[in-house]
Amino acid sequence: MSQELIDAITEMREEDVVAITNQLLDEGVAPTDILMACKQAMDVIGKRFEEGDAFIPELILAGEMMTSVTDILKPRMAEESTSDKLGKIVIGTVQGDIHDIAKDIVAFMLDLNGFDVTDLGVDVPPEKFVETVQDTGATIVGLSGFLTLAFDPMKDTVAAFKAAGLDDVKIMIGGGQIDENIRQYTGADAYGRDAMAAVDLAKSWV
Amino acid sequence: MFVQPENWSKLSATEKREARFASWMSTEGRPFASPDAESEYKLRAQRIKDVIDLKKPDRVPITPFVGGYFAKFGGITPYDVMYDYEKYTVAWHKFNEEFKPDFLVFSGAFNPGKVFDILGYQVYRWPGGSLSKNVDFQCLEVEYMLADEYDDFIADPESFYMRTYMPRAFSALQGFGMLPTFFASMELPMAPALMIPAGLPPVQQSLKAFMEAGLAALEYAEASGKADGYLQATYGMPALPGGFTKAPFDYIGDTIRGTRGIMLDMFRQPAKVIAAVERLVPIATKLGVQTATMNNNPFVFIPLHKGADGFMSDADFRKFYWPTYKAVLEGLIAEGLVPWNLVEGGYNSRLAVIAEDHPPAGASYWNFDQTDMTAAKKYFGDWAAIAGNVPSSLLHTGTPEDVATYVKGLIDTAGKDGGYALATGAVLDHTTAENLHAMFTTGKEYGVY
Repeated sequence: MSQELIDAITEMREEDVVAITNQLLDEGVAPTDILMACKQAMDVIGKRFEEGDAFIPELILAGEMMTSVTDILKPRMAEESTSDKLGKIVIGTVQGDIHDIAKDIVAFMLDLNGFDVTDLGVDVPPEKFVETVQDTGATIVGLSGFLTLAFDPMKDTVAAFKAAGLDDVKIMIGGGQIDENIRQYTGADAYGRDAMAAVDLAKSWV
Repeated sequence: MFVQPENWSKLSATEKREARFASWMSTEGRPFASPDAESEYKLRAQRIKDVIDLKKPDRVPITPFVGGYFAKFGGITPYDVMYDYEKYTVAWHKFNEEFKPDFLVFSGAFNPGKVFDILGYQVYRWPGGSLSKNVDFQCLEVEYMLADEYDDFIADPESFYMRTYMPRAFSALQGFGMLPTFFASMELPMAPALMIPAGLPPVQQSLKAFMEAGLAALEYAEASGKADGYLQATYGMPALPGGFTKAPFDYIGDTIRGTRGIMLDMFRQPAKVIAAVERLVPIATKLGVQTATMNNNPFVFIPLHKGADGFMSDADFRKFYWPTYKAVLEGLIAEGLVPWNLVEGGYNSRLAVIAEDHPPAGASYWNFDQTDMTAAKKYFGDWAAIAGNVPSSLLHTGTPEDVATYVKGLIDTAGKDGGYALATGAVLDHTTAENLHAMFTTGKEYGVY
């Protein structure tokens, strides 16, 4: 039965996902087991994405399906313990840039892969990133920027972490025009081309 | 304005294109400050025409799509560009006089803030509007058409735009939502039914704002025409491109449904998405024809967004994106126009898809961003002009030597045997002056055939 749920998710059958989830609950399957099935399905989609067999539309729809399932499961589940998380990450789109679509996908994939993600939204000033890391004790920061105008704010944000003495915090950057040149320019620890790259980087840092 | 000859409908697409080029390249009636400027104009226009014709020009033309960089070079802010036409003009002249590209590839950064203020534009945020004066304008992706409104859009896109989209996209145009159908004017006793809503305060306010914005747009057009006119007359730089339109999928995906909206629709209501993009083909084609004709320019600018690598599978590209985009390309080409595609992001997996079913040869221009140019040459070289690919990251962070090496590589591969123009991959917002000089100088020296 859980396999049916996994198949429905990986085959993008959105309506079936909701129906099967309800059916599993009616049959007495534990919400945590259902979540585990979702996680397995998302691993499949993530892998397809990495291999170029799934694309942004699939990730967006998968996000919608995961939201539907968690909305159904939430009332039946105890508060999730944060100690089970792999690590804490602060993410946001840098100052001056208001794009959020790619950043949202990255935040979603990190969350799904077991990270405790604090999403600061868009147009985030460097000091806000620093404060949030100090408050949450996060060890990883993700800076997003769609336009070339993000290059300098990214550099400023990395510098702000250094200035605050947070040299141990790992910083990754990503966005449409980001490559190794820009990683060097900003002083970030790494850059990623897509959401799965962000997950791989984060996992390698905890 | 390009005036069609009387026998227009009898001409072939190639004859129409030749007629449009002849009109654009003619220096008759164009003021020039010197005979040198006039001959430069002809030389440069011929240079890009040779590229479109897939021939070897005298040298690689230099056609960067200049975004906000000219403002930085001129020491003014993105706010100044949108609000102070005098400052804009000084900076735009300074940039073009310093770097001397072959063409005035219009700056997408130059837009009238005043027009957007009057209309209360919601779809974008801009410097001095709700963004800081130092930040370039950006799109705010919201669902300006809701998921259940496809049928209304498909039934009558113009009406949907006027009565539903405009009030959402422009806060000052709320009254447009109250406009009745103009068919009400069919007979004398019915005509008042049309006019009564026009008297209501919200409609009156909206029409006033619309007229005021129109006057502000004219001021902007005049400033723009004067700024470019001076450069054209003094240095013989032709303006490019002339008209504009978009791929139907991008119309819906960018500013009607938004990325998220259209991507969910691809799963939830694929038939509606396809019907909507099909409905847009004649509209998108007509927009390109009208704007290019008005500007007496054979080129139609088409910025490409949601069909890039990663945005969808090749199968979905074939299903949702390419058929209607191709129909627009063919429609423009049939009217003698040259689509000027700004291919943002990567198009690596699309090259083969397009090449196997490509539009007519010698009639289109593709400015690539992060696409492998060796592959682009391989798939497109025998039927389309290609351009671009100098990376924005390299221009921002590399050395002049790095840039020169990269440009030489492009000229050797993409520029082999002609059919190539040297341009930035993305819109040019950030670079150093040294790097940009390195790019242009290398093009001018190493790019001689």
